[in-house]
Amino acid sequence: MSDHADAPPFIIGKLEDFAGWARAGSMWPATFGLACCAIEMMSTGTPRFDMARFGMEVFRGSPRQADIMIVAGRVSQKMAPIVRQVYDQMAEPKWVLAMGVCASSGGMFNNYAIVQGVDHVVPVDIYLPGCPPRPEMLINAFLKVHELAKDKPMLRHRKQIAAAAEAAALEATPTSDMKGLLR
Amino acid sequence: MSNEYAAASATAGLADDDGAAPEFTVFGGDWSDVAEEATRLGEQRLVFNMGPQHPSTHGVLRIMLEVEGETVTEARAGIGYLHTGIEKNIEYRTWTQGVTFCTRMDYVAPMFNEAVFCLGTEKLLGITDDIPERANVLRVLMMELTRIGSHLVAIGTGGNELGATTVMTTAFIGREETFKVIEAITGLRVNNAYIRPGGVAQDTPDDAVEMIRAMIPLVRQRLDELALLQLENPIFKGRLQGVAHLDLAACMALGITGPMLRSAGVPYDLRKAEPYSGYETYDFAVPTSTDADAYSRVVLRLEECYESLKIVAQCADRLEELKGAPVMVADKKIAWPAQLSIGTDGQGNSLDHIRHIMGESMEALIHHFKLVTEGFSVPAGQAYAAIENPKGLLGVHVVSDGGTKPWRAHFRDPGFNNLQALSALTEGGQVADVVVAIASIDMVLGGVDR
Amino acid sequence: MSDAIDNRPAADADLAPVTPGGRTLINVRQGMFGARGDTTGYDRITRFVYEPAPAQRPYGGWFDEVVDVLEELLGDKADAAIESVVIDRGELTLHVAREHLLEVCTHLRDDQDLRFEFCLGVSGVHYPAHVGRELHAVYPMQSITHNRRLRVEVSVPEEDPHIPSVTSVYPANNWHERETWDFFGIRFDGHPGLARIEMPDDWVGHPQRKDYPLGGIPIEYKGAQVPSPDQRRQYR
Repeated sequence: MSDHADAPPFIIGKLEDFAGWARAGSMWPATFGLACCAIEMMSTGTPRFDMARFGMEVFRGSPRQADIMIVAGRVSQKMAPIVRQVYDQMAEPKWVLAMGVCASSGGMFNNYAIVQGVDHVVPVDIYLPGCPPRPEMLINAFLKVHELAKDKPMLRHRKQIAAAAEAAALEATPTSDMKGLLR
Repeated sequence: MSNEYAAASATAGLADDDGAAPEFTVFGGDWSDVAEEATRLGEQRLVFNMGPQHPSTHGVLRIMLEVEGETVTEARAGIGYLHTGIEKNIEYRTWTQGVTFCTRMDYVAPMFNEAVFCLGTEKLLGITDDIPERANVLRVLMMELTRIGSHLVAIGTGGNELGATTVMTTAFIGREETFKVIEAITGLRVNNAYIRPGGVAQDTPDDAVEMIRAMIPLVRQRLDELALLQLENPIFKGRLQGVAHLDLAACMALGITGPMLRSAGVPYDLRKAEPYSGYETYDFAVPTSTDADAYSRVVLRLEECYESLKIVAQCADRLEELKGAPVMVADKKIAWPAQLSIGTDGQGNSLDHIRHIMGESMEALIHHFKLVTEGFSVPAGQAYAAIENPKGLLGVHVVSDGGTKPWRAHFRDPGFNNLQALSALTEGGQVADVVVAIASIDMVLGGVDR
Repeated sequence: MSDAIDNRPAADADLAPVTPGGRTLINVRQGMFGARGDTTGYDRITRFVYEPAPAQRPYGGWFDEVVDVLEELLGDKADAAIESVVIDRGELTLHVAREHLLEVCTHLRDDQDLRFEFCLGVSGVHYPAHVGRELHAVYPMQSITHNRRLRVEVSVPEEDPHIPSVTSVYPANNWHERETWDFFGIRFDGHPGLARIEMPDDWVGHPQRKDYPLGGIPIEYKGAQVPSPDQRRQYR
């Protein structure tokens, strides 16, 4: 929250900080473990890695009470409508973490049965590669989602900010055109 | 979720409903509205959905429950929500790459998928007797450690679903102890692709035997804690004893294997009946019970973990004796050529191996190249291999057309077979017992759906 | 392909044409070393890969006893029912005609010398090269009493893919037959509820047949495209 033209007015800024801190501090995942990544996600909740330090060990069965949907595992064609339905049932603000390569891009299963990336079905905030990602990698992804949550604007011109971000992303160089980075 | 699903219940012989009882089908919505509507209509029988997104269905399993009050009158399982096309994908990969695919079927016990696929491949190749002893010991070690891990997941998630979260945390800490050893030896915690046709991928680090011996009492401590927490607990006994009963006739009719069959009294374990990978040389027992309910299955799984620890201790002794022995079959046209080692930036190509293939031996370079890119050819024909998974009999039917890629690899997963018993286990019981029944079947939807 | 070397095996004793359907032609393999249209000539080699030849008596081990008992139980239907017996890699495969499958399975389960209590499912295999008998259903049978395993294989053409369901004998095969219907299109007559089990209910096609594509998409990375696994250049 620096002093540039977009900076919020003082009171709203403080409110956003507080709300962001509260949301990031207790972001409850919806139970959406599908495959191998689900077991690693469950392992992250157990004492060796302990998601509870980040306020996240409370997996909510009901999507209404969940803040983040960690799509952990491969999404099959049969499961895709259910992913969307659960996402739609979640209340704002909500985030989606695509855990593992299968959720991010279809992973090693480039075939008829698997949706090649859950971003075909729901908008994803964080992509976490790995097959399966280690619990420490998942915790790293959590910290990044918490950053997103802390910076989420409230009240003021949310739609304008989102539209500006989308326009900037459309203007940016696509990954396939990024050349010369390996020198 | 309405009555358009015409599939009859899995166990033929269940008397069909007289059709006169009125039914009220639920299509989602607020439960209080649904209950109000049902009371208003005076209907008692509801058809609703449990899953596929559900905290306690052990994966994406959908159960269509027809419930009258609290009693389940009909339960049907809908699967396929995790179907990955692994079997078809294996047809486009070499035999060694197939291991990396099949390992992700039953993701709670990945080593068994790899082992059975490799046993089938080795049967086709005809090298079953040529697998070096150290490789067999490592395979047994990995399988038993994974068996402990799988049973701990079954017991832990079973407890978690009953509301006892401490059971889950205790079980998973025990599992983490096994993972430390598995990670030190294979490089990964799960989905390791360690067991490959011809042997195992790489040898153990130098301190592996000490690590294994240090791990055994830690795991035993967790198993003792689980036993103390659960087995005499009156709530646990109340919820599990007499629940999900499946007697011997039903087990035999439904082709049930594994702890469910052993809880019905048949001491059938493929490690004893058709030993593979040297199991006949290990000293262990096969726990059996006759109660055939969910409680006895939990007891059996705990006891199997103790037996697995015995086997692990014997493996550690043998690894010490066989230090320096090869871990891959001697035939260089089949043996996986690459060696890995831990460097400053993690696990990577062993520099000794690179020096050998680049500087010392042209044949080694050629073999490395051809085996990694093309793979070895397997003579045409078909073979069937079966091993004892933590869940039951895991079988693979492999067909080769003489090429470097399988023509067909079909896996008979015990969870797929045992899940057919769900209707028999739950109908007539209460809705809360459905959760217990699923936990006692202990299937993994990755294996069920493949 | 007119000057290709014809590698078709000669019609001599090796093929033993004793069975109506003939030995399974697993695949016709064209080319070696992935060669395509180069000057080596390796792209023109054609190899007809058959399954191992039917076994000759005595089979060895317990195979003789089992086949004798089964033939005795089947009586004069034995020749029609058991098309051929293949013994390969220490395993017994009985090729059974589909009309007699139920009877064979009943005998396998019930007779005290056979007692194959478990049927370990149905594995479908598609051999498009074996015209007239493309779809095979393989039933591994496990006997706990005698601790042995054999395989029953039924072959049907793609135009008429009907096999009687063995769920009346082995109820455990219920879901396995549904899966084989789902993936191969083999219809099991008499199955209590033959519906798709793994694919969505409205899926078209039978995914694990060889003429069904893998269905992958090309992977794009920094301007390059890696084709789906079934489209890539590959060794076979």
